[in-house]
Amino acid sequence: MAEARRVRFRFSKTGKVRFTSHRDVARMWERALRRSRLPVALSQGFSPHPLLSFGLALPTGCESRGEYLDARLDEARPDEVSFDALPSLLTPLLPDGVVVQAAGAVALAEGSLQQEVASCDWELEVFGLSGEELQERVEQVLASPSLIVHRERKGRPTEDDVRPAILTLAVTHDDGPEQGEQPIGRFRAELATHPRGVRPSDLLSAFGTDVVLARACRTHQWIERDGARFEPLSVSGLGTDPVVVHA
Amino acid sequence: MESLWPQVERLLLGVSKPARYIGGEQGAQYPEHGPGKVAWMLLYPDTYEIGLPNQGLQILYEILNERPDAVAERAYAPWVDMEAAMRAAGVPLFSVEQHVAARDFDVMAFNLSAELVYTNLLNLLDLARVPLHAGEREPGDPWVIAGGHCAFNPEPLADFVDAFALGDGEELVGEINHAIAGWLAAPAPERKREDLRLTLAQIEGVYVPALYTSSYRDGRLAGTVPVMPGVPAEVAKRTVTDLADWPYPARPLVPLTEVVHDRLNVEVFRGCTRGCRFCQAGMITRPVRERPAEQVKEMVSTGLAWSGHDEVTLTSLSTADFSGIEDTVREIIDDPVHEGRVSVSLPSLRVDAFTVGTAAQIQKVRRTGLTFAPEGGTWRMRQVINKLITEDDLYSAVDAAFSQGWRRVKLYFLIGLPTERDEDVIGIAELGKHCVEIGRRYTKSVTVVASVGGFVPKAHTPFQWFGQDTVDELQRKVNLLREHARTTRGLTVRWHEPAASAVEGLASRGDRRMGAVIERVWRAGGTFQEWSERFDLALWEEALAAEGLSLAEVAHRHRDELEPLPWDHISAGLHRDFLWSDWQDALAEAAVEDCRWTPCYDCGACTGFGLEHVVASPVPPAGGSQGTGQDLSVGGRIPVRLISGVRSGAEAG
Repeated sequence: MAEARRVRFRFSKTGKVRFTSHRDVARMWERALRRSRLPVALSQGFSPHPLLSFGLALPTGCESRGEYLDARLDEARPDEVSFDALPSLLTPLLPDGVVVQAAGAVALAEGSLQQEVASCDWELEVFGLSGEELQERVEQVLASPSLIVHRERKGRPTEDDVRPAILTLAVTHDDGPEQGEQPIGRFRAELATHPRGVRPSDLLSAFGTDVVLARACRTHQWIERDGARFEPLSVSGLGTDPVVVHA
Repeated sequence: MESLWPQVERLLLGVSKPARYIGGEQGAQYPEHGPGKVAWMLLYPDTYEIGLPNQGLQILYEILNERPDAVAERAYAPWVDMEAAMRAAGVPLFSVEQHVAARDFDVMAFNLSAELVYTNLLNLLDLARVPLHAGEREPGDPWVIAGGHCAFNPEPLADFVDAFALGDGEELVGEINHAIAGWLAAPAPERKREDLRLTLAQIEGVYVPALYTSSYRDGRLAGTVPVMPGVPAEVAKRTVTDLADWPYPARPLVPLTEVVHDRLNVEVFRGCTRGCRFCQAGMITRPVRERPAEQVKEMVSTGLAWSGHDEVTLTSLSTADFSGIEDTVREIIDDPVHEGRVSVSLPSLRVDAFTVGTAAQIQKVRRTGLTFAPEGGTWRMRQVINKLITEDDLYSAVDAAFSQGWRRVKLYFLIGLPTERDEDVIGIAELGKHCVEIGRRYTKSVTVVASVGGFVPKAHTPFQWFGQDTVDELQRKVNLLREHARTTRGLTVRWHEPAASAVEGLASRGDRRMGAVIERVWRAGGTFQEWSERFDLALWEEALAAEGLSLAEVAHRHRDELEPLPWDHISAGLHRDFLWSDWQDALAEAAVEDCRWTPCYDCGACTGFGLEHVVASPVPPAGGSQGTGQDLSVGGRIPVRLISGVRSGAEAG
């Protein structure tokens, strides 16, 4: 990896640790990378900090099986990093529930995760609706030409039409475990990230107030190029064959 | 032992900062509860972000979990939104590690670092479903124990706490654990709470308030005495003689979410003999006990490797006074294992140019702000409080700071001090003004912040007899200061809410009757009183009136020499006549020197317990005059008695 001075990690965030924030995740990675003694490059200036670049923020409380992080490596320091070893090196240094699945080189010329990722797949569980009722509601949502939701951005109330960002919705007809008396509805969603990202909570507010989010898990993030979809780093590559996204 | 996690989990999507309730910190322990093990819930009665870094709690957490006959988990005060969600869903107070209900623990042990959290302690007992009053608890209820600096006036919480632990907890916690384990070993029907109360009262450093009674004459306290023979008339604090024996926390907790001090802390010494008369911490933690420099460096490097932090704070009441501080700091920074990426911070700088030089060495890059604490606005005021910083000391320190690249200097002051005159308050503005002028010589964008707190007299200090300023008087002084600071561009005045200082005074010097006041404020919803958005003076005034008490009587009244004080039966080692003569010296504007490097004043903290200072350097630090009362430019020559056998960290292992 002589030329690869940017390493991309794919990791999961499940269980109790899902209640930490995006900023918390950034700090836990900074500490883990320091403990790993990997040659992560530092920024210049008064407060040098490791050059890490996270993808789309995962909302606090949501799980993920497909999170990404790019780290710049220090050119000046000896090259002793083996991608194969990175997941098992870093996972023990991260909190329970954060598991590094893969690592691979990404060319510096590639765009950032923030720019490149166009959509995300989600698995969602809700209280309030299930089965046929949920199916009907999903069809209503998909049939609507626009769905205005009210949310706060930088402390100000805004109105957004989230309908264009809802790419697919599909009820999952599996009879998973019920929580207590309350039936749980399950469905999958693919949500676009541009121009305004839609979070699961925004999507749910388009469903109506009788539907309450029970659990959300981001399963994939997708990069689109020339009409084809790619994951930022494929798990099957497992680092031996670092996936730099080319069409 | 059931985990409440499934119930807790369902509340977390609807509350702010849910990571406060999930545990999972690096260093968190998941001990197996069981017979023969005393289960401790260690509580900090404020939010997780404030409470998690508390070093006292982390030390006891490790010491208890190392014992075969103890397990310890932690809990903090849930914020108001989480409390409401818990009450609505019927979820009781739980530990953050294994989400075990508080009632499943044998002990609920509170750290009391601040008086305004007392209503939170009541709230936590209520959330735990433990009877509020110690006298109402059954053998199956947890034991409520409290320690920390506030325990030195335990009386306002006497109704609610089964036992107070006074002083250093490292040894004491094991003795308390042993006593409780013995009591729990008896078959349940034979357990009587009064038996364990008596056993605990025999342990040096443990105060069991139910075994004492207070009497009153003409509406004032007449005295507090044991209710039966075999109970000591006075309870004295515990003191750990050698910090080298206690290299804790060895695996400091690294939180998953943001907390107030998100860096490694290593305690370099305990105790302080600067003798600042307003400072309770300096009085009750005597004598000075330094950690060997070798052990400090060892704890820094293992701590950083363990935590992944890139910053370490060397903690103590006055870290610049640590023997050989410059060498220690330099060796930490230059240690190749840290690859030049570690920064060291000193929480409190001594006010002199020399100390700024040390700071410059530490903060090679981040020169944003430096903080000094002259505390008083005039030399006269500083003699009264025994904070012997000359104007030259301050100005040379500030000159050094600005000339070496700092842009912002923060100065801490107290107002409402004994004998204070308006000129002392105005003196704060004058000092600030001069500091701005010094800064202008080096940079255009100078910021000097004068941060003023309202003085609250504390138990076991020379100022314990002083009637603190009223809310109106403190507010008048704040206004006076602002008026005089207003015309100076670059000088900012910040101040604490004067009403909060008055209420702090209720708890710091109140007697047992304050318990009913605290309970009323809690019942009226007055939790998190240390948070300005939650503080409510009216709640306290109403509660005082209902109990026939007043701020005027408890907080604002001067005491005379012979008046019984609520903490007369509690000893921090300091002789009452030493404190009284120091109080008279204060009124006479007479200062005393630091006894670390001068002859003993017999305050009682060493002699009473057969202790001596543990200080590696026989001479005072070079630099300004602070605390030593002499010109140190020629170096100190006063010999000090060194305790024999100060061990190195290597030997202590």
